[in-house]
Amino acid sequence: MLTCRQLTEVITDYLEGRMSIMDRLRFRAHIGMCRHCRAYLAQMKHTIGALGRLPPETIPPDVRDQLLARFRDWNR
Amino acid sequence: MYYRTGPDGRVVNVQLPAPDAADTMRATHPEDAALVARLLTGDEAAFRSLVEQYHGRLLRLAQVFVGDRAAAEEVVQDTWLAVLTGLRAFEGRSGLKTWIFSILTNRAKTRGQRDKRVVTFSALLGPHAREEPPVPPSRFTASGRWSEPPEQWDDVTPERLLLQRETRALIDRTIAGLPDGQRAVVTLRDVEGLDAAEVCNILEISETNQRVLLHRARARIRSALEQHLRRR
Ligand SMILES: [Zn+2]
Repeated sequence: MLTCRQLTEVITDYLEGRMSIMDRLRFRAHIGMCRHCRAYLAQMKHTIGALGRLPPETIPPDVRDQLLARFRDWNR
Repeated sequence: MYYRTGPDGRVVNVQLPAPDAADTMRATHPEDAALVARLLTGDEAAFRSLVEQYHGRLLRLAQVFVGDRAAAEEVVQDTWLAVLTGLRAFEGRSGLKTWIFSILTNRAKTRGQRDKRVVTFSALLGPHAREEPPVPPSRFTASGRWSEPPEQWDDVTPERLLLQRETRALIDRTIAGLPDGQRAVVTLRDVEGLDAAEVCNILEISETNQRVLLHRARARIRSALEQHLRRR
């Protein structure tokens, strides 16, 4: 049996698809019957989702204008 | 690559003359091909949108390798100039994004070494890999069940998490405070969306190390978010 604590330790292996089929089944079985670990998995997925949507900073106008000037030179 | 059967019956490949670069690109990355074509004709709007799309991301990446902000900005500037220099010879085998990112990482690594801020990401894992549990042991019973379980984030979605400026700032701060290896891996993987193989390649670390660093970084960020949402 996989414990809740163990599940939190192998969650990245699971999400990365780096688990044997047996371990994967054990993981799924635990998630199926443990709402706390379901919540943990959901939190982890939301965290990863948020990381992938973090807006990068916008380019300062002066830096952009400088680069555009270089582009005009380059194209000459 | 073109294959034919050799005299001994085995399949051998034959180098054909290199196809036209533009053809290669049109076949593998059609959108990039259109953009590169516009850039090569001197289309300023195309360059502007490229710069606006990538500048912030390049800055984020550069900071994985070089210590201070000013140095990272220089690396990004250099990268843009190198992009212009290389554009006419760009063959499009790798896609524009991958190509620009690789120019940046090469430059950032070189700069990091010059500044004596040599970060060997593989060394950062150390022998204490097991000493950083993703969740404090105090939150489990002796038999390993939750005693202080995570809350249901019922109304939480990634989009909603990011709506609040404080939450975005918290995530940025948490990433910035991670040990170098974790910060590098989570930035490349989860923030910039590179795949595991690319990240191992760029950071010169093994697949296992990559995964351990990713695991710890994600655990810390989740934990920071959990505490933040509880306080609200
Ligand atoms: Zn559980």
